[in-house]
Formats: sequence, structure tokens, C-alpha cells
Amino acid sequence: MQNAFSSPQAADLGDLRQSDEAESNEDRKAFTPPPPNDQFQEEMVIRPLYSGDIYASFQFRTQWDTDFLHDGKKVSHYRLFPKSLGQVLSKFSVRELHISFTQGYWRTMQWGQPFIPSPPGAELWVWFHHTVTDVDGNWKELTNVLSGIFCASLNFIDSTNTVEPSASFKPLGLGNATDHRFLRYATLPREIVCTENLTPWKKLLPCGSKAGLAVLMKSEKLFHSSFHSQAVHIRPVCKDWQCTSTAWELRQTLNVVFDLYTSGQGKKEWSLFKMFSRTLTEACPLASSSKIYVDVTDNPGVNPLISTAVVLGDRRTYSVYDLTKKETFGQLRSLNLLLRWKGENDMLRPPLHAERYVSGFGLQKGEIHTCLYNSHPYRAYPVLLLDSLPWYLRLYVHTLTVTSKTRENKPSYIHYQPSKDRLRPHLLEMLVQLPPHSVTEVTVQFERALLKWTEYTPDPNHGFYIGSSVISALVPSIVAMDTNSTRDRPLFSSFFPTKEESSYFMRVYTEPLLVNLPTPDFSMPYNVICLTCTVVAVGYGSFYNLLTRTFQVDEPSAPLAKRLANIIRRLRGVPLL
Amino acid sequence: SLISLTSVAFLLRGNCKHVRTKDSPPNICGFNLILVPDIKICRLVNVKTVIPMVQLLNWRRGLFPQTKMAAPLTLVLILSVTIRAVLFRSSLAELISERVEVVSPLNAWKRGLFCYYVLQENNISLFFQTPLVIYLFHFVVDYAEIVFMIVDGITAVALYLAVQNYNKNVFRKQKYALEADRYPHDCLELMRSPKEMHYIPLKVAMFYLLNPFTILSCVAKSTCGLNNAVMALFILSTLKGSALLSAIFLALATYQSIYPLTLFAPGLLFLLQRLYIPVNPCRSRFWFFTVQYSVMFIGSLLVIVCLSFFLLGSWDFIPSVYGFILSVPDLTPNIGLFWYFFAEMFEHFRFFFICVFQINVFFYTIPLSVKLKEHPVFLIFMQIAIISIFKSYPTVGDIALYMAFLPVWSHLYRFLRNIFLVSCVLLACTALFPVLWHLWIYAGSANSNFYYAITLLFNVGQILLVSDYFYAYLRREHHLSQGLYLRRKDGSEATLVLK
Repeated sequence: MQNAFSSPQAADLGDLRQSDEAESNEDRKAFTPPPPNDQFQEEMVIRPLYSGDIYASFQFRTQWDTDFLHDGKKVSHYRLFPKSLGQVLSKFSVRELHISFTQGYWRTMQWGQPFIPSPPGAELWVWFHHTVTDVDGNWKELTNVLSGIFCASLNFIDSTNTVEPSASFKPLGLGNATDHRFLRYATLPREIVCTENLTPWKKLLPCGSKAGLAVLMKSEKLFHSSFHSQAVHIRPVCKDWQCTSTAWELRQTLNVVFDLYTSGQGKKEWSLFKMFSRTLTEACPLASSSKIYVDVTDNPGVNPLISTAVVLGDRRTYSVYDLTKKETFGQLRSLNLLLRWKGENDMLRPPLHAERYVSGFGLQKGEIHTCLYNSHPYRAYPVLLLDSLPWYLRLYVHTLTVTSKTRENKPSYIHYQPSKDRLRPHLLEMLVQLPPHSVTEVTVQFERALLKWTEYTPDPNHGFYIGSSVISALVPSIVAMDTNSTRDRPLFSSFFPTKEESSYFMRVYTEPLLVNLPTPDFSMPYNVICLTCTVVAVGYGSFYNLLTRTFQVDEPSAPLAKRLANIIRRLRGVPLL
Repeated sequence: SLISLTSVAFLLRGNCKHVRTKDSPPNICGFNLILVPDIKICRLVNVKTVIPMVQLLNWRRGLFPQTKMAAPLTLVLILSVTIRAVLFRSSLAELISERVEVVSPLNAWKRGLFCYYVLQENNISLFFQTPLVIYLFHFVVDYAEIVFMIVDGITAVALYLAVQNYNKNVFRKQKYALEADRYPHDCLELMRSPKEMHYIPLKVAMFYLLNPFTILSCVAKSTCGLNNAVMALFILSTLKGSALLSAIFLALATYQSIYPLTLFAPGLLFLLQRLYIPVNPCRSRFWFFTVQYSVMFIGSLLVIVCLSFFLLGSWDFIPSVYGFILSVPDLTPNIGLFWYFFAEMFEHFRFFFICVFQINVFFYTIPLSVKLKEHPVFLIFMQIAIISIFKSYPTVGDIALYMAFLPVWSHLYRFLRNIFLVSCVLLACTALFPVLWHLWIYAGSANSNFYYAITLLFNVGQILLVSDYFYAYLRREHHLSQGLYLRRKDGSEATLVLK
């Protein structure tokens, strides 16, 4: 075990919670002081994963103290909060907005759990304010606006891929809205995330990518990774711990998994420079806190700069580097972290994970299998499974079977909304009790529809992407969870609100599916129109013939010579032949 | 020749006496030419017709002894039930129930079950099938197999009785025409004899019950069998002359799948004919009966639709069932013409062509009714055939219904032009459907065009079959009025052409 930090001096921030407030106040005096009601925090967590990959997670939190819940109050003053998003929120009366763009699939069994999960492709879910009358209209406009803001194909979200989940997506912020008529959820599993999505995302940060942690976000490095996910979460939160008034919270997260193990010839080491080809020189001047957490749970020892946090049912130890302190950067005024380790670290097996696949062969029908694994040794717990499937898979919900340990496991709650052709997708939500240490298999049969030739995507024989299933659960925790929301916690452990000590909220996304549909021959619409019309014409012609004509004796016409002779005779006035 | 004439007259009179002594009721006997006065018989008889005439008179005994036919019909029923039961129990049943040729989105058991499930569990009305059928599921869902076998049996028996009744009518008419000396004298070989007609009802029942198409449809539990039963009951009640029942069953059939609306015309024509009301717009009796029949039809249709409304509490089923039939949103391949055409259609022409194709189904009703107003039963056959060819979601079960009528027209056989070719085409296509489907969907070595080509050919075959029967029917009627052996002006043997 070897820990080496290239920074000559690193600040001790063992008890960060107490010292935080005072230090950030000092900082503000140094720069142009923001009004005390808006604040910005930035944070990065680096965690070496069990597989040897490195997981880097950025979180940027902007709190905007404005009393938005009062109707008719127009907000026109923006400081740290991006104006483009603020206007969107007020124009469309959004209560909560969560959007994520992900390239790659998070491998739960190799990597453990991410801090904030996201499905491959784009995901958008929005709670609207309960005063909104035309939710669908607002949703449509909102997706188009967001499409412009993030340079993504969110404008392809329409009624055919939007659902209103009844239980799976509860608001994460203040207020306990339960009327799911104001919720819209949509995924675009085919969405490809690249630089053009990252640039507008970076522009939303108060410092842009000029200072602070965002300096590290060089797109050629970020997209040269096994997994990339960027997200924006906006929700109302309490302004202070008494919760007398509310504020907007904007969280921008970016999660990357670098494959440094196989590309680095099997060496287990990482450094900031190696991952991002940059080093850090300063915190964002507008940030009230700016920290780097390095997960050293599996590499205990030398490092005295320790904080612990309970996150996702696991107590982890972190070294903390506070970028707002000058000592962190040392004399070179540059911070590069480097960690080498040898030992096999043991991963806490995630208590819940899921996978999904399509079985069957041929293009007529198929069966979707979703396997839910509960690896908890002795606790059974219920999970909510949400499936939103496009209409062109004709789902036969009466064939739904749920089996665990070879016995039928009847879901205690099933919410099914049937699809409508070209209008609405299937929505299937169910509450399944997972027995301890078991695999629960959910199967449902479907039929593949033949579409109109214009409805196929380009390269139709590649298949159609079907969005991930969403599994949401309160998973029993082995260690006691921190329920004290008033305490200042690192950002990565405070996203999902925890209500009780014994369990924590967990969301798992399965793989998206790639389903082939039968295709018509795209090259011959004219031929088909001609041939089918010919057959109809054959029918029409033969009936028309028989209907309009009568049977007559066929009298052979006179030979040509005789007819000519008769014409001449007629002219001459002579009797005809 | 005078001597022979008198001997024939004697012969006839002898037969007369014989029948009188047997005291058979003329309406069951059907063929009571013998009761006409001697003068008429003598007028009928000429040298050419003596022998067939005698034969006609001698066939009087075997006319429609209904009791004798019950045993074979029962046998056919038992046989067909056995075949179906065996298939239901075999592993083929599941395979058959997923064949696109056998089930369409509108009549698939699986979809019906799905609608029923969704209605039960989530209380959401979702329709591929009419509400009444879904409510029927409530009762039959546990013993569907027996119900579908019984339904097929009902259809066959209804067709059997209907055809029996029809044959009697045909025979009676032929007799009156013979009496009135309306037929040319060389047409005796076109006359239908009771001997050949004797087995026709049984053949019809057999054609329906043992037709592989019906068997497949039944084993797949396609609700097409129910529609066929309703249609058969409509035909039976019409031929029996019950206007009310006829209107009710027609309304039911229309409610099930719009298209049987076109059977209103033949139904009305038959009932008018039966009541000896001439089809004449100037007559008040004609209008009175037409209005009466329409009111019965529309009334029962309204009752059924309202019943569905009260069962569900919403009108959702009207757009989702009838809109589904008319606008063809589901392009699942089937044996019809719609699916590939509308899969490949340019978007801005779609509406136009949907209108054209749907009007095409209803279009033939009026001209056919004008042409065949004296022959409503043949008109029914033509209409059913046209519906099953041109409807938006046809299945083999629809074809089986009109094919059951083919034995009724067995006397047209001599005028059919290309029956051999057509039957070869139909058989070959039937065999090729599963082959090309497999190549396209499972093997991936063919594409959709292969299957599409077979549907085209199959439909051309059906069109040729139906138009051939139509041609033969018209031609026979022409011969019955003009004589069988037509001559040209110069006396040579003439050929008939359509002009």
C-alpha cells in the first residue's frame, strides 16, 4: 500500500463540518461578496472501483434563495443561478426538474452503486406546479426549450414516450405532491451524449470552466471513458434548517468512470493529471465551499486528512482537500493528486441490482425478462418496478408472471396503462416483494408490430432501443443512515433524502433493450401501390364487366373486302351485299 | 310420335294417381308437377324432353326427407368435434393461435383475453373487440374450447337448414317455371334434379365443419367463428322468412364488424320476394316493408350499441373498434390487401387510399343488388365473398364462410371457366403462406415482399373464383331464358360473349 501526494502540502480538514462556515465567510470577504442568500458549492469525489477503474463524480450545487412558490411573483434578478434555467422554471411553472445525459451503462455488479444513478441515453422527469392547467402543453414546450438549452434531441420527447408514473418518481425536494398528473417522465435511450451537450452544461456553472473544479472537464478526456453521465437536478429545498422559507437548489452532477487499469497496463494508480490532463490551481471564487474527496476506505494508513460519511448503506472514509485554502495548493500553486495501490479491495456487494433481456427468436413475438436480485442475506424488501415500453411492442399484460425461488410471487400492486397506437406508450408499474437472497424474474410477452415505412428510424435493421426499467426501493441498510438533514453533509451523500436510519433509497436502472421489428421493403412503395391497386382493379374490373355487360351471341363480322364493297355500294346507292 | 306422346301422357297420369294415393303434402314434396292438368303436361312434352321429364317425375319420392339426413349430419358434427378436440389438446394449438393467417388483431383470442384482463384488473376499457364479445369472455373464458366448437356446430347446422330451405324454394320455383313453360325446351339438362340436390345441405355443413380454414380458426379460438355463426343465423332466419330475427342477427353481425351492413340489401330483397312484393319504388307496399325492415334493423342495432354503452358507461368502444376497422392503424401482416399497402403508403395519400379501399367493400352492393335482385341468396354469397376479400383484417375463417356455399352452386360447375387453375392457386398459396412467413420472420432469408406476393396471389385467386361463379350464374340464367344450344343467324353453333 502506497499513498503519494504530489501536492507539497495538503490542508487538514478532518472536522470539516465545524470549520466550514467560518472559512467560507472568510473567502467571501476576499472576493466580491455575493449576497448572503445565494450560495454555490463544488465538490469532487474520486473513488477507485473494485474492477480497477476510477470513478470521478463532480457535484456543483447552487442555491437560489427566492420565494418562487408564491404565484405571480416575477423573478428577474439572477446572480449565481443560470438565467436560462431560471426563466424556464418560472415560465413553465416547474416544481422539480431532473435531466440526465448518459453515455454507457453503469455496471452495478462491478462498480457498486453510483451516487446518482442515471439510465443510458437521456432521461427527463419533471414535476409541474399544481396550478398548471395544461400539463401536456407545458411539457411539450419545456422539452423543446431544454432541447435548445442542452443541444440534445429532447424535442423527440412526445406523447409516445412520455408516461406519468404513479409511484416510482416521488418529488425529491420539498412538498409532498402525490398527484401524478403533474409528473411527466420520458427517456430517450438512443440519445448519444457528446461534447455539444457538455459545453452548454458547463456554461450553467457560475465560473464556467474557467476556474474551480470545472477546469478539469476537458471533453476529449471525459468522453474517452467507460461511462459518462451528466445531469441537472433542480428542486425546492429548505433555505435553512428550520425550514422557514424555501429556495431553489440546482445540482449539476457529472460522473465519469475512467478505465485506467487496462489502458494503464494493469497498474493500479491514478492521478488528476492522468485522468483529466489538467491540474487544479484554484477554487471557483464564487464558491462557498470547494472540496475534493478521495475514497481511501480500502487504502487506510498514512493519510491523516480523514472524514467519514455514510453513503448508500456503506460507511466510507475520505481524505478531504479544501480548495478554498491556499495551503492545499502549496508553493507550486497547483494541485495534482496521485494514488497508487496494490491490494485487492473488497467491494460491498450492492444489495439490489437488476438486469433485463429479451428472449425468443424471430420477429413475431418475444418475451421481456427482468431479473431482480436481492443480495441481502436475511431481509426481504419491496421494490417498485417501472417499465415504460413503446406502443409498437404489443404487450400482453395478462401473461405477466413474477417468480422468485421458483414460486409465484404475486405483486401487491400493479398499475398498468395500456398503450394507444402512435399516441401513448405502455406503462407498467408494480410493487414486488423480493425475498432475501433471491432472484425474482418478471416476464411478460409481447408481439412486434409492423410499422409504417416512415416510422422506422434510420438503419431500421439495427433495431429499436427500449428504455431502461427503473427499480426504486428502500433498501435496508447495514450501517445506520444519517437522518439529520440539518447537518452539513458532503453533497454526494445528501441527494436522496433519508427519512429513517435503517434504510436508504436506491434506484437501479436496467440495460436498455434493443429489439428488432419486422421491416417492410423500403425500396418499393411505388411497386406495392401499383401491385395492390392492380389486384383491386382486377376485382373491380371483373365485377364491373359482369355487371354492365350482357351475354350476346357472337356474330362474326364480315370480311374486310365485303365491308369495303358495301361502303362503295352504299355510296353508289346500290343494294348491299 | 303420336303414339309415344299418348303413352307418355298415360304414364304421367298414372304417376298422378300414384302420388295422390300416397297423399304427400305438396309443400314438402316440392315437386308436384303431377298435379297439373293433363293439357299442360301434354303441352310440355315434346320428343326431346320426354325422357328427362319422366325422370323428373320419377324423382318425386326422394325429396328432402329431413329425418334421413339427420344421421349423416350428426356424424359430420361428431367427426369435426373430434378433430377440433384432438387439435385443442395437441401442441399445435398454441402455434395455430399465433398464425397471422388465422387470427387478426380484431379477432385474436389473446387480444380479447388481454382486453378482458385489463377491464377486470384496471377497469380500463381497451378494445380490439366489441364490448359484447368481451363480456361474453366473462362467461366463456374458462371453457372456451367447448364454446368455440359449439359455435362452429351452430353455424354448420344453421347453414344446413338454410340451404335445405333454399333448395326447396329453388325447386318450387323451377317447378312453377316448368309449368308455366318459361324455359326453352333445350334447357332440360340445366334443370336441377332432387337427386343431385339431396346431399347439398350436408355438403354445405361438411364444407364448413371440415374445411381446414374453419378448423384452424376454431382451434385458434378466433372470434371470427362467432361472427360466422351470427351471419349463418342471419341467413337462416332470412331464408325462413322471419324479418325480425333476420334484422336482429344482421344488426349483431354489423355491430361485430361493420361490413355485414352490405347484407341488408340481399336480406331485404329476399324477404320482399318471399312476400311477393315486387321491387318497385312506385308501390307503397314496397316502401312500407322496406321501412319496416330498416326500422327493425336500426332499432336492434341501437339497442345493441346502447347495451354496450350501459355495460361500460362510455362510448370509447366506437372509435376504438370501428375506427380500428376503418382506419387500419394496425399493420400486422394478414392475408388481406391492406397491411402492406398502408405500410408502404405515402403519408399524404393515406387518407385518400383508406377511403378508396373501404368504399371498395361497400361499392359493389348496389350494382350487385340491381343485377341479382331476383337471386338474393346468390347475392348474399357474393357479398360475403367480397367482404372477406376486401375487408381490412381478413382471416381464413371469413373465407371458410363463403366457401361453405360453394356446394350450393355445384350446378354451375359446367359454366366455370378456370376453376382448376383457381383451386390450384388457392391451394398453393395456402401452403406457401407458412413457408414464406417462416422465411421472412424466422429464417431472415426472405423479406416482406415474399409474403406480400403470396397475399396478392391469394386474393387474385379468390377474386377469380368469385367472379367465375358470378359469371357462371349469369350465364346459366341467360341460358335458362335463351336456350342452351344457341345458334347464329346463319344456323351455325354460336358462342356467347359478354358485350
